[in-house]
Amino acid sequence: MSRVPRPIAIAVLGVLAACERPDVSRERADTALPAPTLVTAPASAIGDTPRASVSLTPFRTIGRRATAAEIRAWDIDVNASGVGLPAGSGSYARGAAVFAQQCASCHGARGEGLATNPRLIGAEPRDFSFALDPKIPKTIGNYWPYATTLYDYINRAMPFTAPSSLPANDVYSVVAYLLAENGVIDRSRTIDAVSLPRVRMPARDRFVPDDRTGARGFR
Amino acid sequence: MSDQHISRRAVLAGAAVTAGAALLKKLPSASAQEVVSSGIPVDSSSTPGAATSAQSVRSAFEQPARTPVGVLTGASSTPLQHLTGTVMPNDLLFERHHSGIPTIDPAHYKLLVHGLVHRPMVFTLADLKRFPSTSRVYFIECSGNGRGAYRDPKPEMTPQLVDGLTSNGEWTGVSLATVLREAGVRSGAEWLLAEGSDAAKLSRSIPIEKAWDDAMIVYAFNGEPLRPSNGYPARLFLPGWEANTSIKWLRRIEVTDQPNMSKDETSKYTDPLPNGTARQFSFVMDAKSIITAPAHPTRLAPGWHEVSGLAWSGRGRIVRVDVTTDGGRTWSQAELQSPVLPKAHTRFRLMWQWAGGAATLMSRATDESGYTQPARDVFEAARGRGTDYHFNHIRSWRVERDGQVVFGG
Repeated sequence: MSRVPRPIAIAVLGVLAACERPDVSRERADTALPAPTLVTAPASAIGDTPRASVSLTPFRTIGRRATAAEIRAWDIDVNASGVGLPAGSGSYARGAAVFAQQCASCHGARGEGLATNPRLIGAEPRDFSFALDPKIPKTIGNYWPYATTLYDYINRAMPFTAPSSLPANDVYSVVAYLLAENGVIDRSRTIDAVSLPRVRMPARDRFVPDDRTGARGFR
Repeated sequence: MSDQHISRRAVLAGAAVTAGAALLKKLPSASAQEVVSSGIPVDSSSTPGAATSAQSVRSAFEQPARTPVGVLTGASSTPLQHLTGTVMPNDLLFERHHSGIPTIDPAHYKLLVHGLVHRPMVFTLADLKRFPSTSRVYFIECSGNGRGAYRDPKPEMTPQLVDGLTSNGEWTGVSLATVLREAGVRSGAEWLLAEGSDAAKLSRSIPIEKAWDDAMIVYAFNGEPLRPSNGYPARLFLPGWEANTSIKWLRRIEVTDQPNMSKDETSKYTDPLPNGTARQFSFVMDAKSIITAPAHPTRLAPGWHEVSGLAWSGRGRIVRVDVTTDGGRTWSQAELQSPVLPKAHTRFRLMWQWAGGAATLMSRATDESGYTQPARDVFEAARGRGTDYHFNHIRSWRVERDGQVVFGG
């Protein structure tokens, strides 16, 4: 096709700031754009931080639009705000039954861990002294900062041999069971899309941003 | 250990050939058809050799192997002590996976890009290969690399067992920025969630700045398609960052306004500190080095030896490596193999004459940010004995009086 745009190669000799961030304000969904603009590093830049062949504008002819069904099928994540949590709810009692059937064979009858499969239950230590001794087990109760992570992880990766096979009510119930056994919530608490993001984990305030910066000094 | 076994077999076979060759030199009248006990002719030029083949194999005398640990949740380390230079063979690239290695038909591979984008998109593998490609040499390192050597150092540890969860080579793929621009990132986008199609559906949140910097989606390593254990048919690749963020078998990128707080960025891959906090999103692998020769299980003879090893930094280029052979009393600047590439293994070398006494060898890397690898006591004071990741302290190899080299922690 003669109208296929030919990429324009621009040798960038110095400032590469232009490709640091696209000007998203100028993005318009269905406007035909001119030829893709490629950025290539100069030949002398071997060994420089390479940004060769980065397109600054879309091609519009590679790939296709995703369908809503495709997105729905794979968009499984649940974030710390609770976005992504499905309808449904869970109880401690049902969670105990599901745990016994689906989880206990690897994690132990009371979540104490078996062989190399991690321990799940334990409120101690409360002083977050993990750096001092590698033998201190990290559990949901003493280390996990967000309760939503339980739903996200159990739903995506558990049970180990049949991941993503539990219905939402069963996942919510196992989450309720694990949170109660860790002493984070009462056994009477119902866990659903509203209540789960509100559960405050004991280790919530322990996590800090990475403060390593390179240069001199060791952190 | 399999390493010792393999080394011994290779050494014995090699020794037989060497001894045979020496014998031939001493005895010029020996028959060219003489065959040593291994069944191999002493003079290979006396008879035509093996036939051509579709795929070459290693010499029978060279059998470097990885060290698989675990089954479905496991790792397999690169035999650093058997390799030279910086580019590593594809079958020896280390692997780490959380729920087995998926089998993916490339004809059915799809990458979904959605979230805060103008155009949610699906790309096939063929689509990804239509974008402008780029090939770059980078190291990759598991953030848990060196944990065993830190917590439980043993004299019989080889470079592979100390630090074999790092490899280096040429990655080919498309810039992540190019792929994101095809979907059109909307304002408010701060993070990406990258997710694999393994049974763990391993997911990590990535600051979107990394995409505008040097992140790639790669489909080839050292000139051929990725191997299944390394993410076939396509994976994310984040230069200089802890390897678990370079999501293998990449099937989904969701552009978001906040990190997901997934299991592998909260309960794992975080760094508890002695002050009762834990460092989170500690992506960059800081400067590090390891001497790969001489190292265990080598036994030295007195005389000249090349001290050789690898240095790398997730913050850019290595600018110098210092080597000591006297336990840190004196340091000498090693020669760096050029070209020194950013975020890539850099080979360093220093000739050293071993006089026969006890010696302790160490290497200390400095990167272009001015950061120098810490001593073990400095590392332990800052991070604690129970720290889980980012083990980049200086390592040591002890040479015993009989020449045996052992890991010194």
